[in-house]
Amino acid sequence: MRDLHVKLLAIGLLIFATSLIFYKATMLDLPLFPSEEVEVWSVEARVAFKPKEGPVKVRFSLPSSPEGFVIADENYVSGKYGLAVEPSANNRVAEWAIRRARGQQVLYYQLQLARDDTDLSTPKLDIASKHAQRVYFPSVPGYSEATATIVNALLDEVRQKSADIKTFTRELLLRFNAEQPDENVQVLLSNIKTEKARVELLRVVLAGARIPSRMALVLSLHDGIKHGKLVPWLQVHDGKQWLSFDPTGSIAELPNNAFIWQVGASPLLDVTGGKNAMVDFSISRHTQEPIFLAERRARKLDSHAMEFSLYSLPIQTQNMYRILLMVPLGAFLIVILRNVIGIKTFGTFMPILIALAFRETELLWGIALFSLVVALGLGIRFYLEYLQLLLVPRLAAVLIIVIILMTMITLFSHKLGFTHGLSIALFPMVILAMTIERMSLIWEEKGPSEALQQGLGSLLVASLGFLVMSNAVLNHMVFVFPEFLLIILAMILILGRYTGYRVTELWRFREVLKK
Amino acid sequence: MTFDKQHYKELLLEQKAKGMAILASLDAKTPWRRLEKFGILGMNKRNGDYIAKYNSRRHYPLVDDKLKTKKLAEDAGLAVPKLYGTVQTEHEIPDLVEQLELIGDFVIKPAHGSGGEGILVIMKKTSQGFRKSSGQIIGEQGLVHHISNILSGMYSLGGLPDTALIEQRVQFDPVFADISYQGVPDIRTIVLKGVPVMAMLRLPTHESDGKANLHQGAIGVGIDLKTGKTLRGVMHEHTVIHHPDTGHLISDLAIPNWERILQLTAHCYDLVGLGYIGVDIVLDRQHGPLMLEMNARPGLSIQIANQCGLLTRLEQIEAIQNLPKSIPERLALAKILSE
Repeated sequence: MRDLHVKLLAIGLLIFATSLIFYKATMLDLPLFPSEEVEVWSVEARVAFKPKEGPVKVRFSLPSSPEGFVIADENYVSGKYGLAVEPSANNRVAEWAIRRARGQQVLYYQLQLARDDTDLSTPKLDIASKHAQRVYFPSVPGYSEATATIVNALLDEVRQKSADIKTFTRELLLRFNAEQPDENVQVLLSNIKTEKARVELLRVVLAGARIPSRMALVLSLHDGIKHGKLVPWLQVHDGKQWLSFDPTGSIAELPNNAFIWQVGASPLLDVTGGKNAMVDFSISRHTQEPIFLAERRARKLDSHAMEFSLYSLPIQTQNMYRILLMVPLGAFLIVILRNVIGIKTFGTFMPILIALAFRETELLWGIALFSLVVALGLGIRFYLEYLQLLLVPRLAAVLIIVIILMTMITLFSHKLGFTHGLSIALFPMVILAMTIERMSLIWEEKGPSEALQQGLGSLLVASLGFLVMSNAVLNHMVFVFPEFLLIILAMILILGRYTGYRVTELWRFREVLKK
Repeated sequence: MTFDKQHYKELLLEQKAKGMAILASLDAKTPWRRLEKFGILGMNKRNGDYIAKYNSRRHYPLVDDKLKTKKLAEDAGLAVPKLYGTVQTEHEIPDLVEQLELIGDFVIKPAHGSGGEGILVIMKKTSQGFRKSSGQIIGEQGLVHHISNILSGMYSLGGLPDTALIEQRVQFDPVFADISYQGVPDIRTIVLKGVPVMAMLRLPTHESDGKANLHQGAIGVGIDLKTGKTLRGVMHEHTVIHHPDTGHLISDLAIPNWERILQLTAHCYDLVGLGYIGVDIVLDRQHGPLMLEMNARPGLSIQIANQCGLLTRLEQIEAIQNLPKSIPERLALAKILSE
């Protein structure tokens, strides 16, 4: 009856926890295992201008969903300006406004972009963009007579050598970008000074063939750029999608490290009530754990499961919980080692505390320091026994001696230049003092072999506990999926009704087995 | 209703046959299976299926506090070693030591001690000090220190302040003189729901430092519940026929007053209401069987000493719905068990 109760409870916990993990892993795309870090680009757009008298309004186009990237984070540094971000057909527009401003004004927009190969976010936005982007086929512009002849000749030539819109555009660009352009092109390019004008010219020519086109402003991502500028690209629509062309090349694809900031003809930056407006971009590259990104992305999906994410806590608290949430794993290990294997230890969970201390010292140093302090403490404890002190003062004396020993080891190792000795201070000294006391009692009552057996058992369990609790995969799982603890709880509940033999009992009853 | 021995015998033997049939059907390939086949009770099963099931926690203090056990036993008329006095505070110690010098022959033990820890046996007051059972001399200072250690909770669970008991030293029955070394041999009996199920004699050795603790090298000798005769001995899990220190044969020895001993153990169940206990009994040359202490978490070594698993016998008793109330009837059941 009780067994059934425990089993049902455990199964309930297991089902609840695994389904929650499954949901978070598949629907929210949180990684089950820690993976390598991904690159993140920090882009900062700096908008500067001189205000005139009166109110100022700054409209600045922002990217909405750059292809191949995910916006991990964005920030606006607006000072006293009021800020509104409004979506428009293809872009978003940030609108800063202020009643009165004086002196050089600077506004910042900061963007964190992570490469996103999973392409999770695009399908959703595609539907939206389909509605927004109705593609108009341009009518043939009214060229002047001379121009019309040139353009028609050029278009005829290109049409001959192409099969579709993509190849048509490429052929056209080849002619525009040739080292020695033919006379027709030279005439067309004669008045073109800027890149933007060049793209506009190309659009005009393409309109002659009734090909929909638009200008796109592209930002190339290179680490360490301080005054980056947007580069105008040409986009043509082939009936299904927009193809991007570098107006100075002919390849119909954006490079990996570039993304479209803005499409369309509307100005990137529009300042009313100000002058000398300019914008430049600084770019830097760094790496981040992908879980941060997945987590932010999941939160954007507005799932209730993410409202209880540990990532919403301040970093310091997070770090504490990273350690704290590993303790149940250690406890689970203790249950197995004691109730299934049958290893003897001092105190039930003391090895866990020792294992936590090992986190600071590393395993081998931890074992060495632990053994050293306990051995020295034990020697002094036997001397105290000779003095016949009362229990509590004796425990206090052992505690003080433990602290003195730790101080001496730290000073000594510092003199010798070991940095490991410095981390000993985080050893739980009360636990050490109790260990020494208990070990000396067992030493006297049950003999040295029993005391050493339990001491080594504790050390073994502590080492195993350290290995489990410092495991990166487990740490990741427990922190990203705290419901993993419910699985551990379920397993502990089941083990709580385990009435089978312990492994060490096979040894203990070996004489009976021999029969 | 009269006690129908035959009826119970049938029930017990039926359950035994049932258990045996199950065990026989097990293949003994893995060591686990083999332990099971011998009916060995493991630590987890003892904790989960016996102690947790039959021992109600609120009765624990009755056996964990030796002073309470003693009072309870004395009130019920059970034979126990005589209590000379108790010490609860440090300042009582000096007066006490004076009195102890007059007595000269006593045992000091912590009320909440476990596993025989903290027990000091004094044989005689000599001119140098108190002579321990091992022959060593302990000075007055040593005695005071020992008592104060007990009071400050060195031997009690959780280090809680404790009481020290001073009681009569048992002078064991000469029947054991040849087969024990220094300490006092005692008889441990496991009692399930008032029915003794298994017993062993624990003989101190030189190695165990006069203590009747099997872990420390005392000899555990199985006892036939029906006849009260010793079986073979086990020391450190090895079978022994002769006592290593005295060289005398330890098996086939009839324990005197066996019936009385069994009665005492069965009576202890009625006293404390714990379903699964170990009762320790010593044989005093003058006073006969005396109940030393009870244990709510008795160890498993008794199975090694008897070369027999507890589980089969425990399940036999558990199979009987209405266990007889009177002690002689329960003892009759116990004797059928070892058949």
